[in-house]
Amino acid sequence: MSYLLKNVAPLGGAPTDVLIDNGVLAELGTDLARGAAEVLDADGLVLLPGLVDLHTHLREPGREDAETIASGSAAAALGGFTAVHAMANTNPVADRAEIVEQVARLGEYAGLVEVRPVGAVSAGLRGETLAEIATMARSAAAVRVFSDDGACVHDARLMRRALEYVKPFDAVIAQHAQDPRLADAAACCHEGEVSGRLGLPGWPAVAEESIVARDVMLAEHTGSRLHVCHVSTAGTVEVIRWAKARGIEVTAEVTPHHLLLTCDLLAGYDPLYKVNPPLRPADDVAALRAGLADGTIDAVATDHAPHAAHDKDHAFADAAFGMLGLQTALGVVAETMVATGLLDWAGVADRMSLRPARIGRVAGHGRPLQRGEPANVTLVDPAASQLVDPDALVSRSRNTPFAGRTLPAAVRATFLRGRPTVLDGKLVNGIPA
Amino acid sequence: MKHLLSAADLSRDEANAILDTAREMHAIQNREVKKLPPLRGRTVVNLFFEDSTRTRSSFEIAGKWLSADVINVSAKGSSVSKGESLRDTVLTVAAMGVDALVVRHNASGAVQRIAQWVGCHVVNAGDGTHEHPTQALLDAYSLRARLGELDDRHVVIVGDITHSRVARSNVLLLATLGARVTLVAPPTLMPSGVGSWPCETSWDLDATLSGKAFGDVDAVMMLRVQRERMSGGYFATEREYAIGYGLSPQRLDLLAEHAPILHPGPMNRGLEISSAAADGARSVVLDQVQAGVAVRMAVLYRLLSGADEPVLEEAK
Repeated sequence: MSYLLKNVAPLGGAPTDVLIDNGVLAELGTDLARGAAEVLDADGLVLLPGLVDLHTHLREPGREDAETIASGSAAAALGGFTAVHAMANTNPVADRAEIVEQVARLGEYAGLVEVRPVGAVSAGLRGETLAEIATMARSAAAVRVFSDDGACVHDARLMRRALEYVKPFDAVIAQHAQDPRLADAAACCHEGEVSGRLGLPGWPAVAEESIVARDVMLAEHTGSRLHVCHVSTAGTVEVIRWAKARGIEVTAEVTPHHLLLTCDLLAGYDPLYKVNPPLRPADDVAALRAGLADGTIDAVATDHAPHAAHDKDHAFADAAFGMLGLQTALGVVAETMVATGLLDWAGVADRMSLRPARIGRVAGHGRPLQRGEPANVTLVDPAASQLVDPDALVSRSRNTPFAGRTLPAAVRATFLRGRPTVLDGKLVNGIPA
Repeated sequence: MKHLLSAADLSRDEANAILDTAREMHAIQNREVKKLPPLRGRTVVNLFFEDSTRTRSSFEIAGKWLSADVINVSAKGSSVSKGESLRDTVLTVAAMGVDALVVRHNASGAVQRIAQWVGCHVVNAGDGTHEHPTQALLDAYSLRARLGELDDRHVVIVGDITHSRVARSNVLLLATLGARVTLVAPPTLMPSGVGSWPCETSWDLDATLSGKAFGDVDAVMMLRVQRERMSGGYFATEREYAIGYGLSPQRLDLLAEHAPILHPGPMNRGLEISSAAADGARSVVLDQVQAGVAVRMAVLYRLLSGADEPVLEEAK
């Protein structure tokens, strides 16, 4: 099937027609002939390269009650994504080839986005010995991102070995920066006025910043690629800015929720706001936005973390960390970065598609909107808005902090290798079982 | 008032009304038959997710003296470890026709969450390191008994402020009642953001007790060193802590004669408090325990009967 997008604005530029045929962007130009193509009136819509998420929790294998690769893929497609990286902290942990190959295969079966498995850095995420990184890299899943996300690779020697070990595969170590001696497993609230007042265990900014400072020096020492997951503090932005100026190969991501929400929201002890790293004060949020705008922070990554209701129906300290992100990410970025003038749509494409694809080495995604490129693209209505209704989300979980909030912009269509997964804002083949 | 979750829930008038009611309740403690009828037919459940002897017993006696049916439910160990959500645990208990839940939990904010889920009254009997409002009320009651009205009275609270729900509730309630509060602790045990609290802070106990730092002291409250929380290296040794922040016999001499000494108990004698301080004439530790029953009677009475009239004919 061919599709002719009429009067679309690529990255917000001048309107043009785009013909999608045989899985690629076959033609771009004005007044293209429709031929056998189905015509989509895209007047006023922005065409973006399909979004690429570096940080998704799909919970399969192990917690299919919270999310499956199929349901998470559906949420991703509706959010405008064409590729996602599935984090390794599943049960069993994705620390060997058979697991990552299973994840990739289930992603292919779902057929809604390209699911790129992330391999664990250490066996069982225990932070003691290296996982079978080389085997995972050489497997059919061809893993290129390794992370113990959920836990920090806190042993400096193990981190050094991991950075060295991935070099033959052009892979990257994605670090969850949290010094466990400064912010232990109980830490659940930004350490500051709010944690002191509410009596919640504090998670100080320096627990992140000190690990990132150490890791960029290790990356320089090893000449390897380091990626910093979910940056949450102004100090970390400064460290990364310094490291990049020094020529160290470091990249970083920020989550949509860290761009919008602050720790003041914890006043009611609602675990919907419990994330790791925690929500920070407004000064940090401003620094994150500025860092993303000037390119110090390379990418927006969702840290999509679905949880069943019974895992959140606890006291704040006992509830699970994390919130949904795939279906709301673009809207939050539109509100925090586009509506504020910090990024234009080309900037959004750069931070949510081009750079994440490059960091994750995801072939065929995050490509320029040019003739002959794979048709992994997303159509966005920048003038629309969406009311976030948890019951309307396709994730198996409902833990969104944005319920009832109206976010700007809306995904109208998503194409994966030339095939629409989303049309008119709805999944083409319905919600997967 | 539907619930008592935080000392901050109380206006000055509400706090004084509870304390006035408590004074009337206190009177029955000297009677041979310590029983009043107002909560007959009402059911109060003490739902304790954390060990407690004195607070649970205090609430139990308070409820029984008001003729409520009091049930103690020990849910020790978090619901997480039992595989059940807190919400399910609480809804199960509340579904048994409970009029009030008195809840203690080891997690800050747990009682606030519970109050959102159930339809009955909820009293916070201590949530994690957050608050313990009835402790603050009984402390205020004890202070008022010794000092009269608390306006401009200077109360010093000493010890592990970071982990103390007693300190948080006291700072809020005493400020509401017009008192001045100074918190004294080593920097490692002073909470983040304490500068925004309605109180002064100091690392120097001697300067504070002597009045050189923040003026004359009218009362001092020593907090228990929670040894179970001290694995984080908050101070070097117990000896060093006692030297810096213990209420030693020598430091007693810095205190004015009229100044009562409070402690929420249980006490670590020789660590945060000397026996000379704990057992001396200025100690009101046992008065606090007695006041606890009266204050909790007042709280249960005011929540469950909805009464604004503080007078119980039987108590006169």
